[in-house]
Amino acid sequence: MANAPSATVLGIGNLLWADEGFGVRCVERLDGEYEFGPGLDLVDGGTQGLCLLGYVQAAQRLLIFDAVDFGLPPGQLVQVRDDDVPRYLGARKMSLHQTGFQEVLQLAEFTGRFPREVVLLGCQPEELEDYGGSLRPSVRAAIGPALEQALAILARWGFAARRRAAPLDGAAAVTLPTLSMRRYEQDRPSAEAACRIGDERFLPRAAPQAATEG
Amino acid sequence: MQYQTQGFSLDNSGRRIVVDPVTRIEGHMRIETNIDEHNVIRNAVSTGTMWRGLEVILKGRDPRDAWAFVERICGVCTGCHALASVRAVEDALQIQIPPNAHLIRELMAKTLQVHDHAVHFYHLHALDWVDIVNALKADPKKTSELQQMVSPAHPLSSPGYFRDVQSRIKKFVDSGQLGPFMNGYWGNKAYALPPEANLMAVTHYLEALDLQKEWVKIHTIFGGKNPHPNYLVGGVPCAINLDGDLAAGAPINMERLNFVKARIDEIIAFNNNVYLPDVLAIGTLYKQAGWLYGGGLAATNLMDYGDYPHVQYDKSTDQLPGGAILGGNWDEIHPVDPRDPEQVQEFVAHSWYKYADESRGLHPWDGVTEPHFELGPGTKGSRTALEQVDESAKYSWVKSPRWRGHAMEVGPLARYVLGYAHALKGNRYALRMKEQVDYSARMINQDVPKLLGFAPTELGLKQLLPTTIGRTLARAMESQYCGEMMLADWTELVDNIRNGDTSTANVEKWDPSTWPAEAKGAGPVAAPRGANCHWIRIKDGRIENYQCIVPSTWNGGPRDAKGQIGAFEAALLGMPVSDPEQPLEILRTLHSFDPCMACATHVMSPDGQELAKVTVR
Repeated sequence: MANAPSATVLGIGNLLWADEGFGVRCVERLDGEYEFGPGLDLVDGGTQGLCLLGYVQAAQRLLIFDAVDFGLPPGQLVQVRDDDVPRYLGARKMSLHQTGFQEVLQLAEFTGRFPREVVLLGCQPEELEDYGGSLRPSVRAAIGPALEQALAILARWGFAARRRAAPLDGAAAVTLPTLSMRRYEQDRPSAEAACRIGDERFLPRAAPQAATEG
Repeated sequence: MQYQTQGFSLDNSGRRIVVDPVTRIEGHMRIETNIDEHNVIRNAVSTGTMWRGLEVILKGRDPRDAWAFVERICGVCTGCHALASVRAVEDALQIQIPPNAHLIRELMAKTLQVHDHAVHFYHLHALDWVDIVNALKADPKKTSELQQMVSPAHPLSSPGYFRDVQSRIKKFVDSGQLGPFMNGYWGNKAYALPPEANLMAVTHYLEALDLQKEWVKIHTIFGGKNPHPNYLVGGVPCAINLDGDLAAGAPINMERLNFVKARIDEIIAFNNNVYLPDVLAIGTLYKQAGWLYGGGLAATNLMDYGDYPHVQYDKSTDQLPGGAILGGNWDEIHPVDPRDPEQVQEFVAHSWYKYADESRGLHPWDGVTEPHFELGPGTKGSRTALEQVDESAKYSWVKSPRWRGHAMEVGPLARYVLGYAHALKGNRYALRMKEQVDYSARMINQDVPKLLGFAPTELGLKQLLPTTIGRTLARAMESQYCGEMMLADWTELVDNIRNGDTSTANVEKWDPSTWPAEAKGAGPVAAPRGANCHWIRIKDGRIENYQCIVPSTWNGGPRDAKGQIGAFEAALLGMPVSDPEQPLEILRTLHSFDPCMACATHVMSPDGQELAKVTVR
């Protein structure tokens, strides 16, 4: 079928850096709770750059989940569309995955294969500088509303969601069970065993002593 | 301050050039150099500007899960960390994987090599050599002639094809939105290519972009998921059934294997017709312009652990044979063992970490990652807005790995010098590497100059290889070689399956109750950027200690307690910079290492700043 609808839902970000995992966690939850008809791809894009070009070029419609610094209160969601998407991703970059992904969007355009519609569902992060940490409560609470917005967009694109009758088999999940939010959080080493801060020059709030002792 | 080390003279009295960041992809790296009155680099200081913390977040986790975490370190080289991780665990627990699993891992590892090398060259490095804006001046007809001259077998060579690409570039340039090309020093006189060569290279950049996304599908076939393929301690997580159907999640069948074969054929054709000819042409033109800088440690000390055994678990059949070369003596290859506590050690005298005794190095099994940020008295600027580091004190988040106390360069060039040295000693598994080196040297010295109407040269291998060009050439040769080895791996895999062996995993020791109370292992991998190894200590079924020494740690690390410099710093010494405000040569040489600091440090960036900021003081 040449005219079958095709769309891709892409979660990007690094789940090892606290709220930067927002995009990946949204796709994980969407996948865990809902089923869709054929033609919809859910992708855990992580921090992959160029490897995501094929997904962008192939999609007629593209929905992106990501943590984006809009200068808003933590957990607030923002919907950005089409030409504004690369601009937003480029405006206040928090993480290099966005440099990579902005470039992927530009390259898709350069090669003349760009989705007809692009929507970015961005969430204002609260904390990034917590290596090995998970989402902060404010950002975690935003997943539900983000999914509601996503379901409405997908329905408009012709992909009606059905709640899963039975839990998703781990092996089929878009994000590996080992890295699922539950196991990721449960097995985290203690702060004493594993230093949780990054480079203090970029982290004025972090106490230097915490880095050196312990 | 002036001093001598490893045959280099360092002098930090001249003007200081600061480039930060050096890469526009993963991770953060800063380089500071001092130039003399002739704009020649006399001192180089490489700083990893981010803390690396991967090791600590793995503490206490299940060793069988570690690969999934290390796969998330970075968005560039997922597979080589996952592979190093499962190898380290298998080494610790003495698990041997079935032949099919070995072959499938080989196919995946070499797919990564080919993909990474092509993407690095065309997407990230070519624009250090190729002036994209200058390509607008090219005559498409002459470009077509050039294409047919340097690579007669490549089908995409009509004037109309190049004209089409040119108009696409023009549209992009005219729109004022150069997108991925906006950061080049377009028009800088350090660009040495004629417009036609520039247009040809940009065109191939687009071809590479199209092909690379097909190649990575090999990872999806064997790894189940992309862009993060699955790995498995004990084997590979895919079942084989040649007659199976095509349902999603179904085992590997003949149709999928044929898809892989078609990609391998495509890879081989691309390397032979596009990638290698481009590098040979660009290398010749820059050699012709007299630009043979950037060798550094490559002229003396090189290392790799060795990989791609022709016979599984027989290191003597490594098709990328390992070892260490010291002092530029290619007649002697020192054996390298990542498990030997006396060989690989990390020092932190100039790194922002703390050891009890910093004059000594620690083997990774005994490694300590304890952050300790302090700036030397000569630092300029403040802690939060660093203007200039003080290299006499601690100045990097990267540690300084050493092999028996020596600073070493790692990477495809190291592997090619080693392969050449092995072949000279009669190692038949390295003969193809020697053949490639001899062919490329002949092309750059004789054949390409003749085609382009230049006088031939008689440069020896020790003049040609330890250079920025040599590093870029080695990567292209390795890509070609990996494609050829993939064909052999594929054939062996299909034969093996046809003979009735469908085993892909050894699960005898899957259950932690079968493990010893304590175990330690090392997982070396010939990663695209060079020697990569992960070390693990397991205690009571959990990770007690985990350390990675990645290629960019070897190459980008700071000085050690003796003041010995690493590969990045060494490669810049003695190199002239045509315009200190636009240090194109510095970036070109550093990019020839394909630096990826995300795994050497970590992925956060303070501001995601994309454009390298250059400060001259």
